[in-house]
Amino acid sequence: MKYYSFFPGCSAESTGLGLGLSAEAIAEPLDMELVELEDWNCCGSTPYGSLAEEESIAVAARNLALAEKRGLDLVTPCSSCYVTLSKANRHLQEHPTLLAQVNEALAVADLEYHGSIRVRHIVYVLYNDITPESIASKIKWGLDGLKIAPYYGCQLVRPDYGLDDTEFPHTLDRLVECLGAEAVDFPLKARCCGGSLTLSEEDRVLGLIRSLLQSAAENGAQCLVTPCPLCQTNLDAYQSRVNARFKTSYKLPVLFITQLIGLALGIEAKSLGMNTNIVSPREVLDYIYNRINYMTTHQKVDKRG
Amino acid sequence: MEPRIGVFICHCGSNIAGTVDCEEVARFAGGLEGVAVARDYKFMCSDPGQELIKKDIRELGLNRVVVASCSPTMHEPTFRRAIQEAGLNPYFFEMANIREHVSWVSVDKLKATERAKALVAAAVRRVYYHQPLESREVDINPNTLVVGGGIAGIQAALKIADSGNKVYLVDKNPSIGGHMAQLDKTFPTLDCSACILTPKMTLAGSHPNIELLTYSEVEEVSGYVGNFKVKIRKRARYIDLGKCTGCGRCVDICPVKVPDEFEQGLSQRKAIYKPFAQAVPNKVLIDPENCLHLKGLAKGKDVCRLCQKGVKGGIIGCETGAIDFEQQDEVIEVEVGSVIVATGFKLFDPGVIYQYGYGRLENVITSLEFERIVNSAGPTSGHIVLKDGSEPQSIALIHCVGSRDEQYHEYCSRVCCMYSMKFAHLIKEHTSAEVYEFYIDIRSFGKGYEEFYNRILEEGTVFIRGKPAEVTNIAETREEEGKLIVQFEDTLVGKQRRLPVDMVVLSCGLEPPGDVEAVGRMFNISRSADGFFLEKHPKLDPVATMTDGIFLAGCCQGPKDIPDTVAQALAAAAEALAMISRGKVEVEAATAIINEKLCTGCQLCKNVCPYSAISFDEEKKVCRVNEALCKGCGACVGGCPGDAISLSHYTNEQILAQMEGALT
Amino acid sequence: MVSFLDEVKSTPGGKHILACIQCGTCTGSCPMAGSMEYPPRKIIAMIRAGMRDEVLASNSMWFCLSCYMCTARCPRGVKPTEIAHALESLAAQHGFRIGGTSTPPLYRSFVGSIKSNGRVHELGMMVKFYLSILPELISHPVAAIKMAPLGLKLFLHRRLPLMPTRIKGRGDLSKIIRKFKEVRGNN
Repeated sequence: MKYYSFFPGCSAESTGLGLGLSAEAIAEPLDMELVELEDWNCCGSTPYGSLAEEESIAVAARNLALAEKRGLDLVTPCSSCYVTLSKANRHLQEHPTLLAQVNEALAVADLEYHGSIRVRHIVYVLYNDITPESIASKIKWGLDGLKIAPYYGCQLVRPDYGLDDTEFPHTLDRLVECLGAEAVDFPLKARCCGGSLTLSEEDRVLGLIRSLLQSAAENGAQCLVTPCPLCQTNLDAYQSRVNARFKTSYKLPVLFITQLIGLALGIEAKSLGMNTNIVSPREVLDYIYNRINYMTTHQKVDKRG
Repeated sequence: MEPRIGVFICHCGSNIAGTVDCEEVARFAGGLEGVAVARDYKFMCSDPGQELIKKDIRELGLNRVVVASCSPTMHEPTFRRAIQEAGLNPYFFEMANIREHVSWVSVDKLKATERAKALVAAAVRRVYYHQPLESREVDINPNTLVVGGGIAGIQAALKIADSGNKVYLVDKNPSIGGHMAQLDKTFPTLDCSACILTPKMTLAGSHPNIELLTYSEVEEVSGYVGNFKVKIRKRARYIDLGKCTGCGRCVDICPVKVPDEFEQGLSQRKAIYKPFAQAVPNKVLIDPENCLHLKGLAKGKDVCRLCQKGVKGGIIGCETGAIDFEQQDEVIEVEVGSVIVATGFKLFDPGVIYQYGYGRLENVITSLEFERIVNSAGPTSGHIVLKDGSEPQSIALIHCVGSRDEQYHEYCSRVCCMYSMKFAHLIKEHTSAEVYEFYIDIRSFGKGYEEFYNRILEEGTVFIRGKPAEVTNIAETREEEGKLIVQFEDTLVGKQRRLPVDMVVLSCGLEPPGDVEAVGRMFNISRSADGFFLEKHPKLDPVATMTDGIFLAGCCQGPKDIPDTVAQALAAAAEALAMISRGKVEVEAATAIINEKLCTGCQLCKNVCPYSAISFDEEKKVCRVNEALCKGCGACVGGCPGDAISLSHYTNEQILAQMEGALT
Repeated sequence: MVSFLDEVKSTPGGKHILACIQCGTCTGSCPMAGSMEYPPRKIIAMIRAGMRDEVLASNSMWFCLSCYMCTARCPRGVKPTEIAHALESLAAQHGFRIGGTSTPPLYRSFVGSIKSNGRVHELGMMVKFYLSILPELISHPVAAIKMAPLGLKLFLHRRLPLMPTRIKGRGDLSKIIRKFKEVRGNN
């Protein structure tokens, strides 16, 4: 049994509900204990860091201090929380003056942080601690025959954490393959989906989402899998807006990696939040449970928009 | 004997006198025990300064001398020579560094003067215990070993051979010539590389004083400056070089085709092959990893041998019987006095830079691949063509690939700007394509280089300042369909741009060859932070190494162009010839001595010695120091658990006296 | 008088700004370079030239997606993403009005939600955001109306809870933030 403190992140209760539910669902079958950090607060993410950089470190530090009480690695399924908490952690570890000031602030809530926590992303925990081999040994429904495009997004692999290649990573590919599926190699797998700017600058960002869908579809993907709730929302919820704008007809379901693993482990679809996915994953589920063979779900591969 | 110590305090102009009261120090020294005379003077190292010392030795019968001036690394040899000329053993000398250690690091004059006095007192106490030591001289073997047969090795070998001395020229490849043999034209003169290289190659191959050992590697080196013993493994070519005429018939017959290393994998060669048309020696060799017969032998089968047997239809195999499948490697041992390491460079492999698409996207090639393509003797007969054989309409050249980048190599590879511009010129000469050079800075530093840049500008090559972020084949517009797109910022315009081209040439940097660590260890030479071999001094001693008798030449010391390589090769040859002409080499007198009565034979000293100067006598079970190899570093002295080793000129007595003098 | 360059250098990611050789790899890698008033490389050049007002008033850093492509590829170890964040903070703290982008109000709604609840209530944040850019929505009514189906879809798929989660420690969080500002203000 491996023990971790768990930081779901704000999206895990809302737009990333699928991720939140599936991450917790796969813990027990994979011998992980994910204990949710008590009364955790938002990590601050890009917006807080952009409006008040140093203050956001103090906000993130509250979580680090809470995690330090248990002394376990702090694991999060959200790429944005991962980069925000890791960065804050690193700054505090490298700048003792800042740490002292943050601790002075934390003291009013009877908290203190000493810089001893490791912040980790659930994907790397699954890859390095649990290992693809161990996951493969627990599969109930093999995903053989499925062509899945692993989409990393940016903040899982950049800035360089030393855990995977920043341009052409492979951890998600290995995880997909250990479930029996074919990991579709597409060149844009670690390119940006538009991140937090989809709400405020949709016009400019839609093209990015479109390129990702295009690249995945062109390379034969039947569905996409991703670890990040923001990426999933952009690719999933905005897929119809991409189709409307560019006159395309993508119908690519976008699953969370934890959902995919959960399906392979035989966990019930509802517990994995499969009904929160907007582009219907119906065909993927049909395939897994009934081995109904089907062609790639997008109708036309548009070369021009 | 009654000590009669002369103390001389140098002003060094105002370098010392500006902070230290030299007269006061001299007065103080004069009162020390054993001091017969104490003077101060403006420039002790000058002729009159040295005369002062010599005069005092003669007239006052001095038997020890202390000079308080600069660092021993500057002038200890100067003063030692001076007192030797006056008839005193040079080791009866001690220097007190009151410049680097006092005046240059002190601000308070009073404190500085006190410090100077302490150092002088220390020197005076120490010098009393100095012993007369004799430097030894050993004969030098006039042979030279040159490791690496590229232009650097060839040039150095030729110069030494022309002086009448013997050279062993070793190269691990089956032909000499190195990378220069692969080039088409050379900048800035646009000389044909092969045309200027092959005469030298031929000369090196036929020179009576050069023993050419190709397809050979140095396996072991022992000894010391002037007396190296080197084991060289001559790899089996499976060809009797005496019988092979280089006719090449066997090559035509051989059925096996594998990628040709010389052509950078762009075309194929046979399992029996000549490295390239102008190879020296101009003979064939058999590649044991791909030869069907040799591979079959390992399984006990007798297959193929068509090169020997010939083929049906009247095609005869080798007529001279030069093919010898039984041939074995041969290990020879040679004795040389000095070694010139000229092992060259390796081109940076851009496959690790995913975003440039090398190895993934067609028509993204390296600079060496381009050299072979544009070379008329190359795989495309000099036609610049794409993978599909068509002519490119536009070519992008990307500078600084793998160089000036903290993720790969921080250093600048020096030659890439120039060779990239050379490529631009050749492309304009051979095709009507548009040429785009993507640079960060243009480094055209040499003779005729800036003029060459001007010429390239005038010829119409477009220079864009901006390091490309990526090369992709994912088109965003109709014009980009089917092309390679370079995405970059045109920094002089201040905008992100995309440029569709047909071919991308990556100007890759130079890095040390893969076996540089092993070679370094073998010759006991170190490497600088960039991985290339470390020279003794970057400005004043660029071809010597910290290991006496081992010299460097060419790119193995750092990336450089052909003019600088040749200059370095000649410099290394001069170093070797200077040694040869002296005939003898002086070895360090301050060496370690093992008291065999106290030695327990634990061999700890042997293990810590960085110069491999200690050997173990199996019979007597004691260790012994080879004085010629010993550099007097003292590691063994400190390491010996039984206190059985002492270091001449650094005895306990001397050091303790020095400490006492400084502290009291 | 602290120079603008020193001001940026002292921010958490700004240390290496002097290492920049202006090669342009950052701009070349940036998915949003075309939308920025000044591309990343130029911003760094402007910082070194002390052009504080022009830099802080520009919309450049607000288009940063935090994709870190520039940081991953920079051959000199400069961290343009972190510099962008630092510039955003400086601009926000010194009250610069940013035109040409709706991102600052989005971020402000986001942070506002955190300060009220301790966590981001996404529905509440979105509402607040749209209200803050109401004039723009009113001038582009069609575009505004097109947003509704998206919100509805998310809601129907259980991804937009109506009620926020309020953490117990939200009072603590406010106190921490206040104390931190005080401690930093003194230094």
